[in-house]
Amino acid sequence: MNELLLGLADDELIIGWRDSEWTGIAPVLEEDVAFSSIAQNEIGHARAVYELLTDDADALAFDRAPSEYRCAPLVQLRLLEWAHTIARRWLYEVADEIRIAALMETVPLAAKINREEAYHRMHAEMWRERLQDEPRFRAAVEELWPYALGVVLPEQREELASRVGRDEVAAVERGTFDDSFAALHEEMTMVRRSAPAGAQW
Amino acid sequence: MVTAEQVWAALDEIPDPEIPVISLVDLGVIRSVDVSEGHVHVEFTPTFLGCPALEFMKRAIEDKVPGADVEVVQDDSWSTDKITAAGREKLREAGFAPPAPRLVQLQSQVHRCPYCGSTETKLENLFGPTPCRSLRYCTSCRQPFEQFKTI
Repeated sequence: MNELLLGLADDELIIGWRDSEWTGIAPVLEEDVAFSSIAQNEIGHARAVYELLTDDADALAFDRAPSEYRCAPLVQLRLLEWAHTIARRWLYEVADEIRIAALMETVPLAAKINREEAYHRMHAEMWRERLQDEPRFRAAVEELWPYALGVVLPEQREELASRVGRDEVAAVERGTFDDSFAALHEEMTMVRRSAPAGAQW
Repeated sequence: MVTAEQVWAALDEIPDPEIPVISLVDLGVIRSVDVSEGHVHVEFTPTFLGCPALEFMKRAIEDKVPGADVEVVQDDSWSTDKITAAGREKLREAGFAPPAPRLVQLQSQVHRCPYCGSTETKLENLFGPTPCRSLRYCTSCRQPFEQFKTI
């Protein structure tokens, strides 16, 4: 299986899942709509990429053990704090743009995903502009920066550092798991596990 | 024996599940229809990837053209530029601002109110009730409206 595409799909599934945690509790109603919509897009992207890799996207999305996921630790973090959430959205979108651009020539689906991501980037950039002088936001970017580097390949990190305006540091790499990931996985797969094997929905 | 023209006409009768004023043909999601020896092959290309209407559209095609083999093509062949001129007009009449052509949108950043035609509109939310919509407000006629995102 293509590890790069599996990592992309897992990132999109898990960031979609984490973003959806804001549904109903965002600080302003407009962001409740925005986060729900972004989450829907990201999970849609995950599904489309899983379908490139397998005939059964649901099985690939939900039937693996937590240690078999390839998602970057950035997307796993449970961040129920707005400044951190916006910092992650912004860092993730900058990293995601670099990695998707590198795939566009060989994977036509990546170009399609890229069209939709343009709106996520506008949203993230709008928030970054608004919060860039806030100490809480700056601290959150500082804290999450090593995680953001782990989203892209080592050869793409110099470009990411230049876009974000920071120095490269040691990345938190794929294959490591945040403590909160097991609980996310447990909840995410709960309904599927509760149904008898072969259940049709 | 069914002809490609008849299949296109039948597909033009299938409304978009979420914006029923336009058909799947208006929306530009039917990439090709091929009929050979009585066998119908339809290539269908999704709009927004997270759209729950995709599965519904595929089934609607299979119901409308019995026996058709519907192939879902997930490449980059659909953009909002594929919406037909007739489709754009139907959207506008329904109070739904049609997406501007990509090249125009990238250069102008102008968004026109579908009710009064004013370009004095402001963004309320890049995201809306479905993946394809943004929410805007017209300061001329004081009417909120939904804008089909240009992608």
